[in-house]
Amino acid sequence: MDNLLNALVLLSNFVLIPAIAYGAQLALGALGVTLIYAVLRFSNFAHGDTMAFGTAIVILCTWWLQGHGIGLGPLPTALLALPVGILAAILLLLVTDRWVYRFYRARRSPPVVLVMASVGVMFIYNAITRFIIGTGDQRFEDGARFTLKVGDFKALTGLEQGLAIRTSQIITIVVMVVVVSAVFWFLQRTRTGKAMRAYSDNEDLALLSGINPDRVVMITWILVAILATIAGTLYGLDKSFRPFTYFQLLLPIFAAAIVGGIGQPFGAIAGGFVIAISEVVVTYAYKGFLTYLVPESWAPAGLVQMLGTDYKFAVSFIILVIVLLVRPTGIFRGRVI
Amino acid sequence: MSQTMRGVLLYAVMALLIVAVGLAQSWTLALAILNLCLISAVMALGVNIQWGYAGLFNVGIMGFAALGGIGAVLVSMPPVPGALGAGGVNLGLAALAIVGTLGAALYVRERAPVSLRTPLGLATVVAGYFVMRIFLDPASEAIEAVDPASAGYLGGLGLPILIGWAVGGLFAAGAAYLVGKLTLGLRSDYLAIATLGISEIILAVLKNENWLTRGVKNVTGLPRPVPDERVLQEAHWIADLAARFGTDTITAAAVVARLAYACLFAAVLLIVLWLAERALRAPWGRMMRAIRDNRDAAEAMGKDVTGRHLQVFVLGSAVVGIAGAMLVTLDGQFTPGSYNPLRYTFLIWVMVIVGGSGNNWGAILGGFLIWYLWVMAEPAGSLIMNRLTSGMESGPLRDQMLAAAPHLRLFLMGLILLLVLRFAPSGLIPERTRR
Repeated sequence: MDNLLNALVLLSNFVLIPAIAYGAQLALGALGVTLIYAVLRFSNFAHGDTMAFGTAIVILCTWWLQGHGIGLGPLPTALLALPVGILAAILLLLVTDRWVYRFYRARRSPPVVLVMASVGVMFIYNAITRFIIGTGDQRFEDGARFTLKVGDFKALTGLEQGLAIRTSQIITIVVMVVVVSAVFWFLQRTRTGKAMRAYSDNEDLALLSGINPDRVVMITWILVAILATIAGTLYGLDKSFRPFTYFQLLLPIFAAAIVGGIGQPFGAIAGGFVIAISEVVVTYAYKGFLTYLVPESWAPAGLVQMLGTDYKFAVSFIILVIVLLVRPTGIFRGRVI
Repeated sequence: MSQTMRGVLLYAVMALLIVAVGLAQSWTLALAILNLCLISAVMALGVNIQWGYAGLFNVGIMGFAALGGIGAVLVSMPPVPGALGAGGVNLGLAALAIVGTLGAALYVRERAPVSLRTPLGLATVVAGYFVMRIFLDPASEAIEAVDPASAGYLGGLGLPILIGWAVGGLFAAGAAYLVGKLTLGLRSDYLAIATLGISEIILAVLKNENWLTRGVKNVTGLPRPVPDERVLQEAHWIADLAARFGTDTITAAAVVARLAYACLFAAVLLIVLWLAERALRAPWGRMMRAIRDNRDAAEAMGKDVTGRHLQVFVLGSAVVGIAGAMLVTLDGQFTPGSYNPLRYTFLIWVMVIVGGSGNNWGAILGGFLIWYLWVMAEPAGSLIMNRLTSGMESGPLRDQMLAAAPHLRLFLMGLILLLVLRFAPSGLIPERTRR
């Protein structure tokens, strides 16, 4: 019995909890991608760098607050700095839309031209982010590192294996639930949200009903800025911030959005968790877990790891390919043009 | 001004820009830039074949270029004695397991009932993967243990590196065939994401499968297709040449060696350009453009759109692979850690868009111009930042601005791409529409 419990604790500690936190971060990122896709109808390659930019501002603000001795006690100071990062990201996205995307929207250019433009925007965001914070690794987590410490857990349960829950993981999940509920409430219940959904469903019909397209687009960018900054900050708190890592997050985020059904907000959430959980499950070494479960003589000699952690990108890709082959519209039937 | 005149003029300006570097700085530097310009031009040609001819949005250029590079390594490096003996048998069994898995998967696909096809197929592949790992793990361990400081990998075939260029092209073509089979026929954005993924996976494999590629330990000292600079320095005719031009033998040797590279690269560029132009003028090219411009109409006329897309995807990727092999040859080393999607994928895209998508001459010009700007922007950025900060007292802001100088070129590339997309969407040398 103890062995079984130990095995489960081990699995929760190294697979379940990290995967859920990572899934929440991916889900927030994918929600942003999918919103852009639903309303503006293109895949935004600059999304990873939008996250990086917002997070960079949050980090700068966090340092400033820390310098002035302002903090949130056990919670990371970054939460206090979040609104500043969001405002900066909103400003950046609205200016970008005004100077870049609006022109192509007015001309009703094909989506691939907008994708191309987003590549140009990606270069520029990349430069801006590196300009303000450099290319290096930044850690900005402060406050209490653990909500539940390994030692406390062991003392509490008397098990051999310990369970640790990091504050950043709890915050990630709580913030994600709050933000996602707010976004869904907004999309389903408010007039503006309904206008957005109408515009996404049928642009011409929405225009005929007197929906102001500029306003819909503006609100979309604002939502995207909020989601991207929060996703980026949570990821940075949980792991660490490095501009290039955020650029690379583009792949799992896109995979999540497509797997869930692109243009479908619910799909983005589901896709984020599917990708994150499979990534962690496939790259985890199950040696310790199996050792608890099987008789001693059967204990595995190797690591029992399906794929090395360096191949985590392969997992997003493989799931993406499987979904595209089996159900090209994604889990929640996204649109396929 | 006719379009031909405009093209000639633009190429003349480009030539002048490179000559200007030779006159103002040094000829070795100008030739170094020229060589990379030529390689970039070949890469841009490959992307133009995919994008300009067929409208395929490939964001995995980095992966195909890296595959070309490993092709050159595996052909040209001398074999590591004892490595094949250490892990050869297991490696063969692993290969057998892969072939067997593929066969079994195909059999399941053909024979299993429709509803069970996907789960059974997946189960076969997963099971086959574990069988392969049983053999591959000891093999890679044994091979990596052979002289790990200087080898620790299988080594190559010890053949001339020029053959490696062709093999690099074949590697990239093979990968493109697999990716294309899986993802072509889906909408364009999905192809983009899929290629983005495959290039990351290729890089992950090249970085981690040490038994094949030495991974991040890098393979250095690749054989050269042209005489070594250090050997040339000893030659009498180089000394004569140096005396005639009034320089030292070291510079003369460097110039001659780089010129030799330039000739090789230019030859490849011209061959690829000739083939690409021939194909574009042939009925095949007309069909490709028809598919690009109106896919549904072409399909209604009985054209096999997905098949043609696969063809053009493979061809374009092969050209990128050749360019990747050339790049590794020029560097004389294979460093998987140095591949970065901004430099190897998105920069090539800027080249194609700026040059003129659909026009091979445009893509080549774009390759030259953008590489030139990319190289020149870094010192220029430092210069500008030095000027800007020269009046400031030293402090964190000044340090930050100086450190930020290299990022100016990313900004510049983004700006160029956006400006061209907005104000000259057909590029510097637009595609010609023939009647």
